[in-house]
Amino acid sequence: MSARENLLVILFTSFVALVLNILPLPAWLSAIRPAFLVLAVLYWSTMQPFVAGMALGFLGGLALDVFQGSLLGEHALALSFLTYLALRLNLLMRAKPIFEQSLYVLLALLVYESLLWVIDGWTGHAQSNPLRWVHVFTGALIWPLVVGVLGRFHSTR
Amino acid sequence: MPAFGTSNVSRPIYGRGPSAGLRFTVYALLSLALMYVDQRAHWSERLRYGLQGAAYPVQVAVNSPAAAWHWLTGSLATRHSLQAENEQLHTQVQTLEIALLRQHALEQENMQLRELHTALPPLVKRWLVAEVIGVESGLLRQRLIINKGLNDGVHVNQPVVDGAGVLGQVAHVGPWSSEVILITDPEHALPVQITRTGLRTIAVGSGNADELLLSYLAANSDVKSGDELVSSGLGGVFPAGYPVGHITGVRREANQLLAQVRAAPQAGIDRAREVMLIEFNPASPAAPPSATAITAAATTPDDDAAPTTTSAEAKPAPASKKGAAAPAKAPASAKTPAPAKAPAKP
Repeated sequence: MSARENLLVILFTSFVALVLNILPLPAWLSAIRPAFLVLAVLYWSTMQPFVAGMALGFLGGLALDVFQGSLLGEHALALSFLTYLALRLNLLMRAKPIFEQSLYVLLALLVYESLLWVIDGWTGHAQSNPLRWVHVFTGALIWPLVVGVLGRFHSTR
Repeated sequence: MPAFGTSNVSRPIYGRGPSAGLRFTVYALLSLALMYVDQRAHWSERLRYGLQGAAYPVQVAVNSPAAAWHWLTGSLATRHSLQAENEQLHTQVQTLEIALLRQHALEQENMQLRELHTALPPLVKRWLVAEVIGVESGLLRQRLIINKGLNDGVHVNQPVVDGAGVLGQVAHVGPWSSEVILITDPEHALPVQITRTGLRTIAVGSGNADELLLSYLAANSDVKSGDELVSSGLGGVFPAGYPVGHITGVRREANQLLAQVRAAPQAGIDRAREVMLIEFNPASPAAPPSATAITAAATTPDDDAAPTTTSAEAKPAPASKKGAAAPAKAPASAKTPAPAKAPAKP
């Protein structure tokens, strides 16, 4: 599969993840909803590091900022940082069994949410609601599913 | 697609093109600049306007299954349920007509009491029905996206109500859509008045769609469960007297100076599918005073003189300040815009 086709697949799946992210849901479902776009970006930047670059992380984060109405650049910064980590550490993570990968994802999401939390605090939107950390755990739990679904879109060899 | 670092697949693993660290630095600086601009400089409103326009098609697309379902259930409704609904609407119209009759009489009486000889201009200049096309999914964020924007004459800080009471106000405007901050958003504070006692305070959103917090009432203040809350007219966004909610619980503790008071909003915060945007006639004495012209409660008789100061160009507080004014401010200091942050203590 060529890089161009891969790019189309990546953009398409990321868009679907974004839609899942912003789909209006009942409050309790919304509280446990994993950050689908973050998971998708994480997957693509680990598995296809030269196709999905940091631009995907930045633009995806910017889209989250726009749709969630947060401070412009907040999610963009956090997601670019996550992509940076993934690009640097993808060889470390790729070879691991899937449940160990989930642990890495847990750490990554923890870093991501902490960054958002710090930025929220600095800009005067501090929310010390413990519910904001729920998606970190649901995201790590759902990681094997993400790998299973997104793995079908490209040859993992 | 050089932006995605994919210009050639055959390149070696590392060492071609700008390094990941450099690229991250560039994107981080870009994000920080965006954040600075969005937080500090108000010209980012233009950027937001463009982005909101770009986001509109996606919002419509995401909402389309729900809208289609609504349309389908509406068009497949049985004759029986339509008849029932028609009957209900019929009685509702009759009730409202009777209430309206009474209101005309009251307006007449009010005019006589105020010794006015000319009719006052109506309070509501025009109103606009908008459809809710999205909710923002951020945790604790209580915001709606509606399908009316600048092209329909929506402006920032415009009050949004539904049939039952105050819903929120417009926070950002896009070309075809706008973002509404609901009164239950933790970043929203609404100046309210308890009708039974006339006590003024501030209702802050809790982040839950069914709860408002009245955090600035002293422990010995006269409030009890069931008290009605209306907007107090301070803050320059909502006119006085619009129903807001009712108090659901008061907790006083011996070692606390402030009572913990909770209220439930009157409007269907999480049920509303259609909302109303109201534009007030600035010439009407009942219109909300602009933030720069707050001198007293809007209900005092001397505000008949106020309309001249509340000209149409007087804009309420900027978008980031949610239009809540401190009721405890002395009239003398009223020339400076009242701070949006709620006061420390009444």
